[in-house]
Amino acid sequence: MIEVKNLTKVYGDHVAVDHVSFTIDSGKIYGFLGPNGAGKTTTMNIITGCLAATEGTVTIDGHDIYEEPIAAKKCIGYLPEMPPLYQDMTVMDYLRFVAEAKGVESKKLSGEVERVMKQTDVGSMRLRLIKNLSKGYRQRIGLAQAILGDPKVIILDEPTVGLDPQQLIEIRELIRQLGRNRTVLLSSHIMQEISAVCDTLIIIANGKLVAEDTPENLEQQAEHEQTLKLSVHAGKEKTKDILAAFGDMVEIRSLKSVNNEETEVELGIQTEEDIREKLFYAFADVHCAILSMVREKQSLEDVFLALTGSGASDKPVGTAKEGGAA
Amino acid sequence: MKAIFKRELKSYFTGMMGYVFIAFVLLFLGIYTSALNLKYGYPGFEYVVNSSSFMFLIAVPVLTMRVFAEERKQSTDQLLYSLPVSVMDTVMGKYLAMVVLLAIPTAVVSLYPLLIGSFGPISYATAYSSIGAFFLMGCALIAIGMFMSSITENQIIAAVMCLGTLILCYLMTALSKLMTSTALASTISLMVVALLISLVVRLMTRSWMAAGLMAVVTFVPLVALYLISPTTMAGAFTNALGALAIFDRMTNFTNGIFDLTGIVYFVSVAALFCFFTVQAVEKRRWS
Repeated sequence: MIEVKNLTKVYGDHVAVDHVSFTIDSGKIYGFLGPNGAGKTTTMNIITGCLAATEGTVTIDGHDIYEEPIAAKKCIGYLPEMPPLYQDMTVMDYLRFVAEAKGVESKKLSGEVERVMKQTDVGSMRLRLIKNLSKGYRQRIGLAQAILGDPKVIILDEPTVGLDPQQLIEIRELIRQLGRNRTVLLSSHIMQEISAVCDTLIIIANGKLVAEDTPENLEQQAEHEQTLKLSVHAGKEKTKDILAAFGDMVEIRSLKSVNNEETEVELGIQTEEDIREKLFYAFADVHCAILSMVREKQSLEDVFLALTGSGASDKPVGTAKEGGAA
Repeated sequence: MKAIFKRELKSYFTGMMGYVFIAFVLLFLGIYTSALNLKYGYPGFEYVVNSSSFMFLIAVPVLTMRVFAEERKQSTDQLLYSLPVSVMDTVMGKYLAMVVLLAIPTAVVSLYPLLIGSFGPISYATAYSSIGAFFLMGCALIAIGMFMSSITENQIIAAVMCLGTLILCYLMTALSKLMTSTALASTISLMVVALLISLVVRLMTRSWMAAGLMAVVTFVPLVALYLISPTTMAGAFTNALGALAIFDRMTNFTNGIFDLTGIVYFVSVAALFCFFTVQAVEKRRWS
């Protein structure tokens, strides 16, 4: 449906998007994930034709966004980061204008506007001026505008910003509904939100694509990596000596004495084998009691942090694709 | 384009803008009509049109300042970019809405010659060709204002730039008389202008190559012309400046001459600045 090839955008000497390529199939919900300033909005602006790329091509349903912009844009509904609303228009007038500009036939116009108002639940505000509405309503009107004319692809840039929890649930449900027979690409920097609705995640960081996979697969990758937190009845040096016997299998991430007798240690386990039992006997053999041992699995959140590099220093994960996390 | 045009036109009348603009134009023409025709009894409407045309200096910047600057400020330009509407259609939709807004007071004013005519014989041809020229000149000035609005996101800056440009055009005839018109002075002045244009090219393209090329392409014919026939260069600079005096193109119409070149001139200025606006809006996507 959408094919992005080698997309690059350079502002002065700052590279905002760096040779990003991905393909989006129809009938799925894609999550576009990355920390602030990773290049999400820039990429989305380029896909929707709001911005020109320095290099690379974007093809939507077979139409190149530069060669046939009108045909390509007809397939897209876009909600930018700031909902593009005319403050001095009423909700109804605004939606009618967008529908008309999108080329909705005049006979179907009223019905279409009613449909999107119902879907986004803004019908009760139809005669209010947009400037008098709250952030949540503006966001929903922006969404209504994007789905007007029933485009094949819906692109949403952080669609849930400013919504209250109830609206959040409603909007997620709406996005799921839309995703049944259309392609949806939505961006966010919040992992939970995206993993709740998306079929596939596209993760970018520092303008580079770092992963493209289903949330399940990404989670599975992370499961190889486990962390053990131990609290042992031994001094710092002694603990180190005991653990040294395990060689490369464990990596000591932190080691601190609670008091002379007790040490807390965090271990990164570099093997797929369950070594908890071995650890237990290793300490038992030298008469040091393990006071507690907790195994922690990596969550999707950790994968995200590791991939995008923002948490790399304290939570390294070996799942980043080649040329990935900066 | 139709959707954009309708939205724009409607927005003028949901706010104060449309009413204020129409009232302002009618007020000015009304004051001059009562003073010149009714009080002093001049038998022609063309005097009114000619003397009151300076009100465009205020009316046009106020009308045009928000047209693109506001879109950028409120980031609604993203909507326009993502809609399946070409930039050309967007620009023309907005421009035509403003032209229609100007056409409303012009239509009202078109009744005045009939009113004056009922008191004695007047030249309707002169009156109506003047009103036509007045309208076309307004269209040309609106295009200039629209362009100024498209290159900034600050309405005030757009208004000030537009006002400055229009004042310069208004005073151009007087200014050009201040310049010496000897061949050497003209050549040097034109070369300075060419140099400035080259610098603008350098700023816009960040390429010394393009700027240098621009300078050479403009310098060579100027110097060649000066060396081959100095007489053609005499007064060339004042003539070039005179071409920018938009307001003076009205004079022929008010003197009872139906000046076809004047009409071509106004239409060309309007078309040129609409084209510039399209380019300025397109350019923003590439920055």
